[in-house]
Parts: sequence; C-alpha cells; structure tokens
Amino acid sequence: MQISDLKARVEAVLFSSDTALSAAKLEQILEVEAEQLRVALQQLQHECQQEGRGVILQEVAGGFQLRTRPEYAHWVMQLRRTRHMNLSRAATETLAIIAYRQPVTRAEIEGLRGVDSGGIARTLLEKDLVRVAGKKDAPGRPLLYATSARFLEIFGLNSLDDLPTLRDLKIDELERDREVELEMDFESQEGVKIE
Amino acid sequence: MAAVAYEIKLDQFEGPLDLLLHLVHKNEMDIQDIKIATITAQYLKHLEMMKMRNMDVASEFLLMAATLLYLKSRTLLPPTRTELDDEGEDPEEELKARLLEYQRYKEGAQQLEAYPRLFRDVFPRPPLTLENEELASRPADAEINVSLYDLVCALNEVLRPKPQPAVHRVERGALSVTQGVHMLLRNLHGKERVSFQSCFSAATTRLEVVVQFMALLELARLQLLELQQYTRGGTIYLYPAESIRTGSYTDIEHMIDVEAYADL
Repeated sequence: MQISDLKARVEAVLFSSDTALSAAKLEQILEVEAEQLRVALQQLQHECQQEGRGVILQEVAGGFQLRTRPEYAHWVMQLRRTRHMNLSRAATETLAIIAYRQPVTRAEIEGLRGVDSGGIARTLLEKDLVRVAGKKDAPGRPLLYATSARFLEIFGLNSLDDLPTLRDLKIDELERDREVELEMDFESQEGVKIE
Repeated sequence: MAAVAYEIKLDQFEGPLDLLLHLVHKNEMDIQDIKIATITAQYLKHLEMMKMRNMDVASEFLLMAATLLYLKSRTLLPPTRTELDDEGEDPEEELKARLLEYQRYKEGAQQLEAYPRLFRDVFPRPPLTLENEELASRPADAEINVSLYDLVCALNEVLRPKPQPAVHRVERGALSVTQGVHMLLRNLHGKERVSFQSCFSAATTRLEVVVQFMALLELARLQLLELQQYTRGGTIYLYPAESIRTGSYTDIEHMIDVEAYADL
C-alpha cells in the first residue's frame, strides 16, 4: 500500500473518531504494520503542522486525535458554545503540585502551598482531572492523589513526561535527601553511621 | 465613599507563601538572601490592608506573620544556648526552601496554564449523537476504568430522592373508527355532496376529529366516496357512492380494517 494512501485512511479514521485512538487500535483497524503506521502518522502530523491547516494531529494520553488549531479557538467557539473547564489560579497550582509530585497526600499539598487545599482537591476530583491512587501507608492512611487520563487529554499531554520542566534548583537538595535516606538505611541495618 | 467600592478587587493571594513571593519579587530580592526585616514589615502592612478591606485574614497568614516576627527577632538577639546546641534545621533556611519550592510549582502551574487546553483552545470532534456516545467512545473491547470515587458518585446519584413524576392522565375517547364510519354514513345518507368541514361539526375533542377523519379516509379507501376540490385551498367536497346515498350498502363493518385502528 502506498504511504499516501495509508495516510489518507488514517486521516479518515481519525476524523471520524471523537476519542483519541491508540497506535495499536489504528494498526488493528487499518490492518497495517506498526512501522508503516508510524511513518503515515508522522507525515500526517507534519502536514498538519503546515501553515494554512485548521487542524493538528495531537498525541494525547497515549493516542492520536485531530484537534482544531489553538489560533482558531475563537471561531470554533462560535459554533460550539461549549463552556470550557474553568480553573482558578489556586486550582491550577494544586493540580500542578499533584501532577509533579504524584502520588501525593493532601497534607503534602498543603505543606507546599501553605494553605488548606481540601476543597480544591475535591473539585479537581469532581472535574475528573485527579484520581485517588490509593492510601498512603502512614498514620491515618491518608488518600493519595494522582492525575487522571482526562488530565492528559485536557492539557494535550501524551504522558506525564510532557509536563513543563520545572526550574531545577533542587538537584543538590534531592541528592541530600537521598544521602539521608541511605544513611538511615545503613543505620537500621548495620548500626554504623556513615559520614 | 465611592473609593471603597474600588478597593475590593485587588491582588488576591493564594496564601502566605504567594504573598511572600510577591513581596520578594517586588523588592527585587533573591530568595536566597531575603532581607527578613524589610519583608516582615511589608508583610504585616499587607495583612493590615487586608483587614481594612474587611477581608477575612486566614489563619495561615497569621501563622506566617508569627514565623516572620520570630525570624526577625532572631536577627536582633544573640542566639540562645538551646539554639546553638540545636543542630536542627535553621528556620530561616527552612522558609527559603519552602519559598523556592513553592515558586517552582507556581511557575509550573503558569506554564501549564498556557498550554493549549481542550475546549478552551483546541477542540476535538464532538460525539455524533447522545445515544451513540456510549458506543462511540467505548468500543466493546476497550478497558473501562472505574474508580471507587466514580462508584460512590454513582451511588449518590441513585440515592438522591427522586422528584415525583408529574402525572398526566389521558382519557380515551369513546368514539371508535367503526362508530365514526357509521356517523359519517348517516351524515351522507340521501345527499348529493357534503362539505369536508361539516363532517366534523359533531366532534368535540381533538381525538374525535382524528377518528372522524380516519373514518373519512377509510370510506375513501373503500371507494365509497369521492373527494373533490375545485379551487386551490377551496372547500373539499365529499361525493358519496350510489350505495351510500341510497343506503343500500351491506356488511360495511366487515370491510373496515378494524385491526389498523386497534389503538383508537
């Protein structure tokens, strides 16, 4: 099969879908090899990047989806009139902390923000941006929060690796933490203090 | 005073760390070498302003004020013996670390905020129709993840008291199509022609009008009457067949398709 032909098929299938489709799903639908599909997707993605196109091919939450270009949000909104998810500054801040630190407890979030965050955590749960990932093995067994697949979809991320990079001024601090951990490990096992 | 009304909507701070960070940046300080005395004075002034504007000053803000005052006092007094002995965290370093950490996440949040967001900046295809939505977005072989939270939400939905359904009773009309046919036959008996409107003069309800109309159609189907209209939008006339005019029809009831009108 010609790659241009496959590309058109991929585009047709993606256009007709209202959800992101994984590469595995596309392979199955289009009956093609992974490598062929990858090339077709890449070319399609590249073409969509060109000027003069209204849609982009985005990789979100482990799948592919055609989405309108951000520049044209105003016009699409004229048609859709959907109300987008409004996140307050506090909510975005809390969400960011959960995204970077997951799984994280409410107490840890509050420690970082310096304010009560229970209400915001609940709102984020209700908006399905955050999920409960279990309970921490600590006194009181507090809930652990993590981000959901919906979070990736909403922010157009393929995985958590796509989160914006944080200013890395904490490297030495992390190292120090690790040393402390090691120190404690040795102490518990051997009773030897390491300097 | 009019000025008061304008004072309410000013900078809102998410918390004491947010306010502190704002003050640090405003004074063009580096977090690593914060001037505690300056920052403390400005911080307290800010709390004062918040109180003046009748804003609730949350306890977290007061706790931070206490911490700042403590740090300031430490810079003025010689360290006590216990502080010298204490090899624990320096509270000032601790605060700086917290500020740096907070700043990181705040910046992360700002970047995240600027990402093209679904339904705000970018749009996917909407589901085609509501009833297809389930099918379209959940292929049979897809794994469906339901968390405990989802289940509890669903349970709450079920437990919510249901509104009493509004009852609307519909009375069935007494008239059947067969009866309608008989009424129409009586009406047509011995007449050359009858206007469409006059067939419905006896009907009192919407249902009766419908039944009468169906009776009319039924007779037309059985070719027992002919319908004529002479001008566009003009009166429609019914011309009964010979047998009806003379009343010589027989066994008409067997000819009516009773099954088709079972619902009426």
